[in-house]
Amino acid sequence: MRANCWYGKHDVRVEQVPDPKILNRRDAIVKISATAICGSDLHLFNGFIPTMKKGDILGHEFMGEIVETGPDVKNRKVGDRVVVSFPISCGNCFFCKKGMFSLCENSNPNAWMAEKMFGHAPAGIYGYSHLTGGYAGGQAEYARVPFADVGTIKVPSGLSDEQVLFLSDIFPTGYMGAEMCNIQPGDTVAVWGCGPVGQFSIRSAFLLGAERVIAIDRFPERLNMAKAGNAETINYEEASVYDSLMEKTGGRGPDACIDAVGLEAHGAHAIIYAYDRVKQAVMAETDRPIALREAIMACRNGGVVSVIGVYGGFIDKFPMGSFMNRGLTMRTGQCHVQRYWGELLQRIERGEIDPSFVITHRMQLGEAPKGFDTFLNKEDECIKVVLRP
Amino acid sequence: MDMSTQGAQEFDTIQPDHRIQRRRREEGEHNGNGYNSSAQRLARGLGWFSIGLGFAELFAPKAVARIAGLKSEDTGLIQLYGLREIASGVAIFMQGDRPAEAVWSRVAGDAMDLASLGVAFTSPESNKARLSFATANVVAVTALDVICAKELSSDEFCSANGDGRSESVSRRSLIIDRSPEELYQAWHDFERLPQFMRRLESVRVTGGNRSHWVAIGPAGKKVEWDAEIVEDRPNEHIAWRSLEGADVYNSGFVNFRKAPGDRGAIVTVGIDYDPPGGVISRALAPLVREDPGQLAQEALRRFKQIMEVGEVAISDGAAWDNGMLTQRPAQPLADDEANQARNLNQSNRGRAAAARA
Repeated sequence: MRANCWYGKHDVRVEQVPDPKILNRRDAIVKISATAICGSDLHLFNGFIPTMKKGDILGHEFMGEIVETGPDVKNRKVGDRVVVSFPISCGNCFFCKKGMFSLCENSNPNAWMAEKMFGHAPAGIYGYSHLTGGYAGGQAEYARVPFADVGTIKVPSGLSDEQVLFLSDIFPTGYMGAEMCNIQPGDTVAVWGCGPVGQFSIRSAFLLGAERVIAIDRFPERLNMAKAGNAETINYEEASVYDSLMEKTGGRGPDACIDAVGLEAHGAHAIIYAYDRVKQAVMAETDRPIALREAIMACRNGGVVSVIGVYGGFIDKFPMGSFMNRGLTMRTGQCHVQRYWGELLQRIERGEIDPSFVITHRMQLGEAPKGFDTFLNKEDECIKVVLRP
Repeated sequence: MDMSTQGAQEFDTIQPDHRIQRRRREEGEHNGNGYNSSAQRLARGLGWFSIGLGFAELFAPKAVARIAGLKSEDTGLIQLYGLREIASGVAIFMQGDRPAEAVWSRVAGDAMDLASLGVAFTSPESNKARLSFATANVVAVTALDVICAKELSSDEFCSANGDGRSESVSRRSLIIDRSPEELYQAWHDFERLPQFMRRLESVRVTGGNRSHWVAIGPAGKKVEWDAEIVEDRPNEHIAWRSLEGADVYNSGFVNFRKAPGDRGAIVTVGIDYDPPGGVISRALAPLVREDPGQLAQEALRRFKQIMEVGEVAISDGAAWDNGMLTQRPAQPLADDEANQARNLNQSNRGRAAAARA
């Protein structure tokens, strides 16, 4: 089959590789009908995530038709049309049973690597370095899905691929970002980053009862998409984020702040950006936490800072004094997709949201390298790329 | 802080000979007239150096390759070496007052670096001037590492180690969501051990408390021994030890305690063996994940998967071994490779079923 493989910084290639096979009893093989490039794939593309190996197949957002099942997959059969969750979860362990699927204890064979970096290991993830298991990803014609009974959701034929594909990651991730904010009636939620995940956080915050959502970015097309979702917007290249937020909230600050940016943030202040970029280059910090610092400083007293943007290592100048003295709560995590996707599928079926609104580019799998470049450079107002094998 | 001695007070269940070794080691530490503090400072410095270099190798492998005159295709290897450097550095700080083993692991790392640089010299694409400069630097650091490690492992360390045998005892714990009874029964079926103990090829019960073990050594060499159960308290504790004439002297124990709040059991495994090859292989062991701590940790993790999920999860990258150096690209396995990976799981499963029948 053909698959999009990683070969180094800014180097991905679509190549011929062996077809996947059933290896464990709860595996299924999925013939992929649609797959996407995630913002977090760009962290791999930019070389910020360690333990990648040349030839690794990328991609953790995919769906398709089950063409083979292992003997212990009881609730799925050949022919089922399914979306696959990006975390690989056993469903049996302490964390899975508590609904914390992205923290599964049994799905990461390379847990020891993650323990060296993080102290403890998170779950396995498709196509996302060897630290998260070394599983082949879904930017391919076929994929092997371990624990397929837990890691797939059946989707009705009445919904198109583009409407349900993002149940794999970015819709539940954006939703979890909003859900962690514990939104109360009358709340104002600020969202840093209007990429695809930020867009879903904006819409989810409204679905969960927020009164106002304020979206922060610098690309006009992304801010326009946020506006289309009823958010107010701040372009951080044109106005001070802190001052604008204080003006909009009467000096109190947003009740909750969502960081949908992560480790490769940019900021309006050239000096602060340069400071973090240099520290990153000399390895004094691995991640640039510009959005996170701003979110903490702006959040109202006693508010929630919800972090769904991906971080990989260490940050510098964390405003702990502000965080502690003002009684903030921080909630974080890779999304527990399987906890949310049933409910979100129902919302799609009821017509409350059509996730396909984020798609700006549709390409063939063979064009994946071009898709990565376009997405990375935000060329042609690119927000989300969907690939068809 | 010495974690292992702390643990020893918690467990009364460890074999007597371990306890003796341990006591000797403590006495050695308390009676020693102070250790060489310059060696300690040097160790700290080397520790920070390891961590700094490790991060540079991990996150800026291209820059490191350029400075050292290596080809840019070597960045993957450089990142692995970065992980190794960080591990050595962290180990130096974790090992407390006398991080001799961690510094020896640096010496072994230096040997790997020098070997890699030597190979690089043969490549037409490498920059020879830069390579020579890098090699000179590594040689200088190696000298420092050897001096430091020798100081740290001099008199007190040896007397602390009792008879001077290079013995290593390591224990690890993991919480498993099953009752101590179930876990005890599963572990007591010794013929199932190869299912979750890397390196073990087979264990055959030869009668009573005795069994015959076959393992694959680090260099692919087959080693065999007979072992006996020396302690067996149902649902609580099992200890075993190799008999006279074993290729590699070794012993181990497993302990099961109920975890609080119906969360299953805390399982503790201790593995103790005397690796052939003395101090060098001892120093190399953590790098190739052959040190007893790693073996215990991975045995526990696989045991947990078997008990909670029914089998060991296979990924493409870690199809039959999850070492950093033996990691495959995350691509589907070819047909023969897939069969090999499945057999690792199924033959053990079949063997265990046959043994039970």
